[in-house]
Parts: sequence; structure tokens; C-alpha cells
Amino acid sequence: MSTGSMEQLYQQVILDHAKFPHGRGLGVAAADLRTGESHQVNPTCGDEVTLQVDLDDAGVVRDVRWEGQGCSISQASVSVLHDLVVDHDLNAVDDLADTFRALMQSRGAGLDDDAEEKLGDAAAFTGVGKYSARVKCALLGWVALTDALIKTGATRTPEDS
Amino acid sequence: MTSTLDETRDAARTAGLLDDVELAAVRADFPLLSRTLRGGRPLVYLDSGATSQKPEVVLDAEQDFYVQRNAAVHRGAHQLAEEATEAFEDARDRVASFVGVSPGELVWTSNATAGINLVAYAMSNASLGRGGSAAERFALRAGDEIVVTEAEHHANLVPWQELAARTGATLRWLGLDDDGRIRADELDTVVTDRTKVLAFTHASNVTGAITPVARFVARAREVGALTVLDACQSVPHLPVDLHALGVDFAAFSGHKMLGPTGVGALYGRRELLEAMPPVTTGGSMVEVVTMETTTYAPPPQRFEAGTQMVSQAVGMGAAASYLAELGMDAVAAHEAHLTGLLLDAVASVPGVRVIGPTDTADRLATVAFVVDGVHAHDVGQVLDDAGVAVRVGHHCAQPLHRRFGVAATARATAAVYTTDEEIAVFREALAGVRAFFGLTDGSGA
Repeated sequence: MSTGSMEQLYQQVILDHAKFPHGRGLGVAAADLRTGESHQVNPTCGDEVTLQVDLDDAGVVRDVRWEGQGCSISQASVSVLHDLVVDHDLNAVDDLADTFRALMQSRGAGLDDDAEEKLGDAAAFTGVGKYSARVKCALLGWVALTDALIKTGATRTPEDS
Repeated sequence: MTSTLDETRDAARTAGLLDDVELAAVRADFPLLSRTLRGGRPLVYLDSGATSQKPEVVLDAEQDFYVQRNAAVHRGAHQLAEEATEAFEDARDRVASFVGVSPGELVWTSNATAGINLVAYAMSNASLGRGGSAAERFALRAGDEIVVTEAEHHANLVPWQELAARTGATLRWLGLDDDGRIRADELDTVVTDRTKVLAFTHASNVTGAITPVARFVARAREVGALTVLDACQSVPHLPVDLHALGVDFAAFSGHKMLGPTGVGALYGRRELLEAMPPVTTGGSMVEVVTMETTTYAPPPQRFEAGTQMVSQAVGMGAAASYLAELGMDAVAAHEAHLTGLLLDAVASVPGVRVIGPTDTADRLATVAFVVDGVHAHDVGQVLDDAGVAVRVGHHCAQPLHRRFGVAATARATAAVYTTDEEIAVFREALAGVRAFFGLTDGSGA
């Protein structure tokens, strides 16, 4: 039935994350961590995610927790995000978010090897960029993460240059 | 279901159901239907409930207006202005006659949403005293009630929420039964002497259920409430006679009835339009303007401020004529036949559930469904891969979806140009959805 493009879009990694998502379930962080929370909705389809991010004093993401409902792309994307950003500092997380956005804007062409290696499982979303209607699904969690980080009140340290 | 379908087919034949040759001729009128998609797949367009495709006569009418007649309407004394005005008003005649009303009762709007908002804002203005004593019947105040239904498209819900908020009136609503039909049995308790407006859809854009309008109008009249009908889904698919239905206002759009985007129509009973204060004000809708004050043109011009969407109106007029020529009885009969096929297709696939009536009576060929364990977006994506275009999401009816405990559905809608073969392609693609996501029949996941 399929032309093969469905298999390219719905990589096994995505289907696995959608079925067995990581980081699901909201909660309360330890007292020494700053938590930011964001609720994001895709108004065209009603998909939603509530995401909490915990930061320590050094500006390192200690945990990401989330709840949501939506399509396999949106749910798998938050699950992959969870795996990617935990234990990274703010600059690294910003870099990951920018790289993932760039991947979504590549219209399915993908990024260079370094960038894709950095993205790990998230590189499996390359095919999503071909379907402009689905890019928002993949970005829903990342939008929530960016907003939640702002809500922690954390400020970025200047990049080493 | 089989006997119902046979009966539908019999009824369709006697009503002049399109035969294969006629249907092929209809399809040939729609250039877009012959295009192919990614991978060279033929298009199976089952999203006419969102917007319909356009026949060549509509495209030609718009083009012809610009090539031959373009000028400002209702002003200027030159020949082009006369011809443009004639084309504009001729289109009004065609659309008005198509829904059984007088041209003087048909206001052009940019879409159906604008039509419903026009009524809501006119009532708001009347509530502020605009329009004087003649408009008192439109005024709302605290203690008054506006009644809608849980089936409404946001376009026939949010404007009434806002009107209630502006005037202090209370918004109430009729619920839905498990088939998605509006609880008409609640009319006697929810619609009361306090009700000033009863706004409801003629046919749900999600469930396809057709509302028993006569019962609603009768109850509204008992209590002296105005009726506002959302006729977006009915006008393209059923014979609709608004005078016979007896509603006070009705809104519908051009683009869902084979016409262009950017144009819709608001019907208002003449006597009501004459008493109603204007909403959008400015050029074209006035009689005498001084620095202090203005008197307004009679309807429908009173409600058509500024330069109008003339070519689109001309296109909508052509669409109405096209449908009238096919005959709305034949259109409805063809679509009733497709309703049966769509419901059969969905029923044939394990793990798929219809949100809405599962029998063919009093419903449109609009079938919303949920695939167990697969989100509507993912369903739509797999169908798209087979060339099948359906709508996914909440279809601008979040409360209806909430009523059924789902955030989103997939929705297949047929139109006059839809074929049996297209529904067979849909059926086959739908049958592969759960397997693609690794779900086997009966697993639910």
C-alpha cells in the first residue's frame, strides 16, 4: 500500500518513542532545583503538552517531565527531547533546540553528519520536514521546553568564544 | 444497514441519482480533480466539508468578470459600472433564489463566520440603543438568554459567547445524544421565555447529523426568540428553502458550495433586516452623511460597507446556478448513496468507530471517525499516502469532541463529484492504518 515515504516519515525510533514514551508524568522537583513549566497547544489539531524542566544552580537541566496527548510525531518528539537535554547546560540545550529547528526547516534534506550525530534519536525526525503540516507537531515539545526554561528565570551565560 | 442502503439507492434512483455518465461529466467540470499527488497517485478528495473544489463555470465567471466587466459597483454612470453592478446583483438573485429567499434579504459577507458575527454585533449595537425603538427586539440585557448547541462549529458559538459577555446575557446550550444528534427533547426546558436567540446548525460539520429545524423554529416562536441557522453544511448538499424552514437568519459560505473563498451570504427576514442597526459602517451603506450624523441605506446595502468582494460574489452566483442546474434533489440523492458507502467503509474496518449517527437517516455524507490506538493526524497521514485527502483535528468543534471524550477525529466528507471508486480507495487505505502502526485487530492499544 505504502510508497515507502510513510516508512521514511514514521521511523521505527519514532514509533517506539510514541508507544513507550520517556519522561512522562509530572511531579515536583527537589527543593534546590528551579522548575519551569509550560503548557502548549497546537490549535489546529488540539494536541497538547505540559512540560516541566528542572535546573540546578550551575544551569544544568536535571530533569524534564511531561504530560500530553497527540499524534505519534508530537508525543515521540517530546520523549526524544527528554532523552537529549537532561544533564546538558543551558547553552547546550539552546544549541540542540536550534539544531532541531534547523532539521525541521530542511524540508526532509537533513543536516550535516555532525549536527545529526548531536541530535541522536531526534535525527529520525528528518522526514517530518517534508510535511509542512507536521512540523508543528514535532516542535510542540521544543516550544514548551524553551518557554519552560524562560519560566525558571534562568539567564544564559555568555558563550565562550 | 444493507436494507437501509438499498432503500437509499431506490430513493436515489427515483429522485434522479446521477448515473455513471452524468457523474463523469460532473467530474470533468472540476479541473483539479484530475491532478495527481506525490508518487503519481490520483487524488481522492474527501475533504469537501472543509472546502469544495470549483467547477470551471465558477472559475470562468470570476475570470470573465475581471476580463469583461470590472468596475466599481453601485456607483459611476458609465457602461462598465452598470455591467459590473448587474453582474453583482444578478449573482445575488441567483444565490437568493437558490435558498428560496428574496434578493433584498441576502447580504453578502466575507464568509459565514462574518455573517453570524454580523447578527451578533447588530444585537450588541441594539443593546446599546442603536437603531432606536425599531431595534429594541434585538437588544439583550442581564437575565436574557442565548441558546446554542454542543454541536456548533466555533463560528456559531464564540460570537454568542462574546455577545453574552458584552450584554450580560447568559449563554445556555442543548446537549448531544450518544449518536451526536442535538437533544431536541431539551428544547422545552432550555429554551424559555428568557431566550432571545436560538442559534443552531442545520447539519453538523463533524457528525453530519441533520437538525430537525421545524421543531427548533416552532419552539423559538413559542417563546419569541430569534432563530439563527448555520447553513454552511446544508446548502451545498441538500435542497434548502430558508423561507419554508422559517428561520429568522441563516449564514452560509461560498467556498463550501463550489464557489470561491472570500464570499458568503447572510439571509435575514426582510422585516428584521429593516429594523436591524448596521455593524460595519462607512462607504456604500449610507443615504445622507453630514459632519454630525448619517442615515443608512436600506438592507441589504446597509450591511455591505466598503468595496465588496464582487468577483467572488459573481463566482458564488455561478456556483448556485451550477448546483441548481444539476438539481439539488439529484445532488442530495447522490450524496445519500455515498453516505451509505462511507458508513459501510468505516464499519468494515476493525478498530474504527464513528462519531455521529451510524445509520443513513437524516445525515450528510460527513463521517467523522476514531481509529483505536492511532491519533487522527497519523490516520490522515497514512490516508494521504494513498492519495486520500481527509480532514483531521477538531474541525473547529472542540466542545463536540470533548462531549465524546476525544481531542481529534478524522473526517471524510463527500460531495456531488465523489465516486464509489474513491470511497473504495478510502476503505482500502483505512484498512491498512492500524497495521502500519503495529496494531493488530482487536488489540486496541
